[in-house]
Amino acid sequence: MTDKLHRILPTVQKPARYIGGEYRQVIKEKKDVNIRVAFCFPDTYEIGMSNLGLRILYGVLNRIPDVWCERVFMPWGDMADAMQENDIPLYALESKDPVKDFDLVSFSIGYEMSYLNILNMMLLSGIAPLAKDRGGLDEIVFAGGVCAYNPEPLADFFDFFVLGEGEDVIIELMDIYRTAKQEQWQKDRFLKEVSKIEGVYVPSFYEHIYGEDGALCEIRALCGAPKTVKKRIVQSFDDSFFPVDGIVPSTEIVHDRANLEVFRGCIRGCRFCQAGYCYRPVRPRNADTLLRQAQQVLADSGNQEITLASLSTSDYKQLEQLALPLIDFCEPRMVNVSLPSLRADNFSRELMMKVQKVRKSGLTFAPEAGTQRLRDAINKNVTEAEILETCATAFSGGWNNVKLYFMLGLPTETDEDVLGIAELTYKIIQVWKDNATNKKRGLTINLATAFFVPKPFTPFQWEAQITPEEYTRRVRLLKEQLHSRCVDYRYHGAELSFLEAVLARGDRRLAPVLLEAVKNGARLDSWNEYFRPEIWQKAFETCGVDPAWYAQRAYGKDEVLPWDTLSIGVNKAFFWRERERAYRGETTPSCREQCSGCGADKLLEGGVCDA
Amino acid sequence: MHRLLFEKVGNGIYLSHLDLMRVFQRAFLRAGVSLKHSSGFSPRAYVSVALPLSVGVESVCELLDYELANDAPVPGDLAQRLNATMPEGIRVLEVYESDRKIRDLGLLRAQLTLEYDGGVPENAISSIEALLNGESVIVPKHTKRGEVETDILPMISEWSVSQTDVNTISVNVLVAAQEPSLNPLLLITAIERYQPECAPDFAICRRVEVYDRGGAVFR
Repeated sequence: MTDKLHRILPTVQKPARYIGGEYRQVIKEKKDVNIRVAFCFPDTYEIGMSNLGLRILYGVLNRIPDVWCERVFMPWGDMADAMQENDIPLYALESKDPVKDFDLVSFSIGYEMSYLNILNMMLLSGIAPLAKDRGGLDEIVFAGGVCAYNPEPLADFFDFFVLGEGEDVIIELMDIYRTAKQEQWQKDRFLKEVSKIEGVYVPSFYEHIYGEDGALCEIRALCGAPKTVKKRIVQSFDDSFFPVDGIVPSTEIVHDRANLEVFRGCIRGCRFCQAGYCYRPVRPRNADTLLRQAQQVLADSGNQEITLASLSTSDYKQLEQLALPLIDFCEPRMVNVSLPSLRADNFSRELMMKVQKVRKSGLTFAPEAGTQRLRDAINKNVTEAEILETCATAFSGGWNNVKLYFMLGLPTETDEDVLGIAELTYKIIQVWKDNATNKKRGLTINLATAFFVPKPFTPFQWEAQITPEEYTRRVRLLKEQLHSRCVDYRYHGAELSFLEAVLARGDRRLAPVLLEAVKNGARLDSWNEYFRPEIWQKAFETCGVDPAWYAQRAYGKDEVLPWDTLSIGVNKAFFWRERERAYRGETTPSCREQCSGCGADKLLEGGVCDA
Repeated sequence: MHRLLFEKVGNGIYLSHLDLMRVFQRAFLRAGVSLKHSSGFSPRAYVSVALPLSVGVESVCELLDYELANDAPVPGDLAQRLNATMPEGIRVLEVYESDRKIRDLGLLRAQLTLEYDGGVPENAISSIEALLNGESVIVPKHTKRGEVETDILPMISEWSVSQTDVNTISVNVLVAAQEPSLNPLLLITAIERYQPECAPDFAICRRVEVYDRGGAVFR
């Protein structure tokens, strides 16, 4: 007789997401394993399997002989409902064992709007969401990822957070857990020991005290916990672990291709960009290493596309030494090289023409702002002339599709800046008319605007977000200017970005709101099919929390910020200086031109960035 | 024509047709064998599976045709090389050359397993036999023109019904495979419509063999 799981699988959408069994999944003998880790990703399989961090840590953990790391993803709504109706607890893909039976449960959190998926996954697993309700050493739940830099809205749910790059910390954690399990420690003792690891933050060791005005006024370290917890980085990135023999999904995922991680960090310093600061300092991987990894990963996976991943690939010093041999290797094998994050400079233009031989990929620009004044204020180092020149080259080379990404609601933005987006778009259309080789096929411009969200550990961390109403007004203002048929304009929803802003800079008082929203059925918020802002609104009301206080308030220079206990290695004083420069419309040179003393170089043992 | 016979069983049954094409394309590359690609804007590898299965259906008789780049010879150990990197549930059984056109594949044999959690209902076998011995069995069938009420009996050329154990019935059918084609699971739909008291709690469908229109095994 068929079991319940296999009876529901044929009834749900894309069941291949729920069965594991892919080439290169790791299966171990339970008798050889001391520590079983359920590595949870709080979004769907297609998103999670595209995440390089997950693939790296899966490899690092499974290389430890007595550790078995398995994957868990958020089921789509139909599957989650069917599992609940049939009393099937959330299980890991490799063994199909319930998550609850694992020694350690970890989450990788990269996006605020996945917070409710975390709670939903805990509930589907039968795990108590509040850390204080989990007493045993076998009930530890921890997390890492970019959202761990302000984990306060999640502080009540997790036993600890890991800040920064996990390759080394995760091994140290396993060593402590192994001893703890052998010697049957109490959970308290285990938490105390892990809090001594650099990069590990145990939120229950800190008391947050709020003043009468509602603002946070003091963070008190208890139990001898360190005053600040600094993020961890991999010291020698060139020889750090890279998964050349990773899992090859059988079903289509979002980024369905092999990856090369070219370098970590970014020399640019765009003032809105959290990743640009959090991944500092810049550490490149050697071109020879990358070429070797490319050949290995292509042979092992059978992928027909490979992408050079980094925050700004044009800034890789050895780009020519890497890209040209890579293209030579890939072209005869019908492997497509994809180069996202290229800047609009000369060499990038040449490269773009070269890589189009296998498959022509799109042309994408992220000017972020419509006028040079605002681009200077946000320190987005791209000029109109560069964009138009690159477009001219591309159009004369046969391209007829451009993607443009902007943000609305950036600090200091005026209506003139909004209208500047439309003007730039029309200039691109004119360049196409002047340069296109095949006008019959027409031009398509996919224009998208996002709603600016102030993020911790950026120069704009103190800024107020504009109201959803004002954002919607600016969207309309722009829309009215776009009458060309070749422009397809899409914009992010106001409500989602508003909530993102609340959570990004939120504090511990948001925990009851999250629980309330989950209780009322909220989940999969980043998916239009499921996002229901009214559930959130009601949860804020029920809990007596004003979301606007978090999103639309400018935080004071001397205010205690919820994430002040944590450090990414970049000084708060540097961020404030950058904020002031933004308001004066001054740019900051890239790290390669001139060091601006952000402090991230101190994270390196030698103390020198390779910008 | 290069052809191979493979099975799609276990958790492999949840892979869609598109997933399966991707799995094979990558498995060929992992095996160090380059497939021939179409030219044009977005080159595609020449691989094609005859009569794609619905998601959730098992088969031990799937056929895949492929072409190799530069008309390279097929390596003698291709099956082993492919199977070395296949995901769970997909296994190549035989690699061979064939000159038979897929359009000559006319019949297929399927085995349906009907599961009854509370035990097989009394008279279930005779009711199902009566249904198949009847004048006509009309169910909504998916066609190019959408859902059409269709008599499926003319598309069933042989059948047998037997009880396997206290909870399961096995129905073995030989059905039309192409023009027209019959999804054997429509038999379950028919039971639900005509004999609701015999409707199973769950049904498994397994494709067991394919034949030409004359009834000879098709390879």
